[in-house]
Amino acid sequence: MTELTQDIPEITPERPGRLREFWYYFRENRGAVFGLWVFAAFLLIAIFAPLIAPHDPSAQYREHLLQPPFWQDGGTLTFALGTDAVGRDMLSRLLHGARYSFFVGLVVVVVAAGGGITVGLLSGFAPRWLDTIIMRVMDVILAFPSLLLALVLVAILGPTLLNAMIAIAIVLQPHYVRLTRASVLAERSKDYVTSARVAGARLPRLMFVTVLPNCLAPIIVQAALSFSTAILDAAALGFLGMGAQPPTPEWGTMLAEAREFILRAWWVVTFPGLAILITVLSINLMGDGLRDALDPKLRRS
Amino acid sequence: MLNFLLMRILTFVPTFFGVTIISFAFIRVLPGDPIVVMAGERGMSQERYDQLYHQLGFDKPVISQYFDYLVGVLQGDLGNSFVTKKPVWDEFFSLFPATLELSICAIVLAVVLGLPAGVIAAVNRGKFFDRLLMSSALIGYSMPIFWWALLLIIVFSGMAGLTPVSGRMSLMFYFDTPTGFMLIDSFLSGQKGAFVSAVKHLILPTVVLGTIPLAVIARQTRSAMLEVLSEDYIRTARAKGLPPLRVNGLHALRNAMIPVITVIGLMVGTLLAGAILTETIFSWPGIGKWMVDSIFRRDYPVVQGGLLLISVMVMIVNLTVDVLYGLINPRIRKT
Repeated sequence: MTELTQDIPEITPERPGRLREFWYYFRENRGAVFGLWVFAAFLLIAIFAPLIAPHDPSAQYREHLLQPPFWQDGGTLTFALGTDAVGRDMLSRLLHGARYSFFVGLVVVVVAAGGGITVGLLSGFAPRWLDTIIMRVMDVILAFPSLLLALVLVAILGPTLLNAMIAIAIVLQPHYVRLTRASVLAERSKDYVTSARVAGARLPRLMFVTVLPNCLAPIIVQAALSFSTAILDAAALGFLGMGAQPPTPEWGTMLAEAREFILRAWWVVTFPGLAILITVLSINLMGDGLRDALDPKLRRS
Repeated sequence: MLNFLLMRILTFVPTFFGVTIISFAFIRVLPGDPIVVMAGERGMSQERYDQLYHQLGFDKPVISQYFDYLVGVLQGDLGNSFVTKKPVWDEFFSLFPATLELSICAIVLAVVLGLPAGVIAAVNRGKFFDRLLMSSALIGYSMPIFWWALLLIIVFSGMAGLTPVSGRMSLMFYFDTPTGFMLIDSFLSGQKGAFVSAVKHLILPTVVLGTIPLAVIARQTRSAMLEVLSEDYIRTARAKGLPPLRVNGLHALRNAMIPVITVIGLMVGTLLAGAILTETIFSWPGIGKWMVDSIFRRDYPVVQGGLLLISVMVMIVNLTVDVLYGLINPRIRKT
């Protein structure tokens, strides 16, 4: 018996490390690596925003209203990217905005994926009638255009950033349910699951320990994609006045406030949107790379 | 095949009821009393309140309220708007042509530019054009379209003064709108410059709404083409000495079209979500702006009815796409 247990560690090192294999394929995609770097920068900005930002994001410098960026006439390095209509420093607000976007993405993905995976696993293992009910409910949610449903949910819950996040998470969740259920159905009849069942594994163990790890690849890709969708939708809700409320330096809300100055001060409109675009783009680049590295079936040649 | 059709239509029924339940529940879970909201700032007497309470059926059990609602919905009665007092159904269909016109233009733009872009990228795989087109597609796909709209307004309306910023038609013109499609109506009116004005109003919203579909179609066409291009019959066609344009354009594209058409069909939801933002920014008098305005005005019957009509429409289109796809591709009928 003791011999047998000693044998096992000798076999394991021969398997190529999963992480290493992943990195090998991920590195092939130059865009994805670039996206990863940009995302890392975004992450650092989000964490250290209060330390990097030159000014308080809500401090109003009344003698510097709508001051242009430093390279234009009238701009100064004190307010490197200019100021908005009430004299707040654009750069500081943008840096702080990264926090909100990152927070939105993270919370939405955790809630939507957590809920979606659990429901999807249940649906995949449940008796047929329960499975049917769950899937029909998901169909109903998917029948509404996502932004419209999120908008109406926020109208019910009240316009705050938190409610916007809840609404977006609810709207994104069915994608995880469908994805998880599909993988579970494919895995459930495989031999390793049967052997675990025969060995006496109970349902929770079967679901979360045996089957789930083998369904993760497409879910991780979906997580990356919905991270960017969440940022976009939250910004859209903020822009429509149904997300974060002024004076929060959330990028979509900043755009909504800047709308009336659109023809007089290009910088108050350009920079927040550019920040959204760069962030979303870097995440989508990473998502493409993740898909190539994790899911050979989906690999785009 | 009949089986497949029946199955698909059968799944439509519970989803439809689910959607009616959600839109029914919407008005009941809202904070605040709908009748008080309806009364507005003037308020109302207790007597009138009780009368309305009874008239709107709030004193009945929830189940029977739902059935009353359902019967109304099936007869095309979605209640009246709090603000205009007109039936929601009529309002929806008087505004719908505006959204339809914009959406059709956007999808035409997306297909006309997206298909060739995808084909060119696939044929030049890995080369400069492929990289350029696919990078642009990814940027388009990641675009916050409300910001994109503002940028276009700055450049084309503000700096160049080429296009108007809002509405569907210059106020200088007035004519009947029998079809509701401004392009057709302005043309029929025969007034000089009306058609040009309609086109000018349409350009920026079309570009904004078409951007994401364009990116999606280009990406989808490229990957579908790449799959088809490695098939044997393409090699045969090439070996026969057919000109590349004929091989890529005819043999390959025709077979790559199936997944692309599906994607186009399933984009209705994306378009409607995009229409919400686009119409709000350009003050385009369509369904999207109507919904957003109604949410802000707390015009609940409109929000409720609009939500139901929009989702039923999306469901019908998706069902049609599914059925057509099943007709073209027998392999998926089994699932």
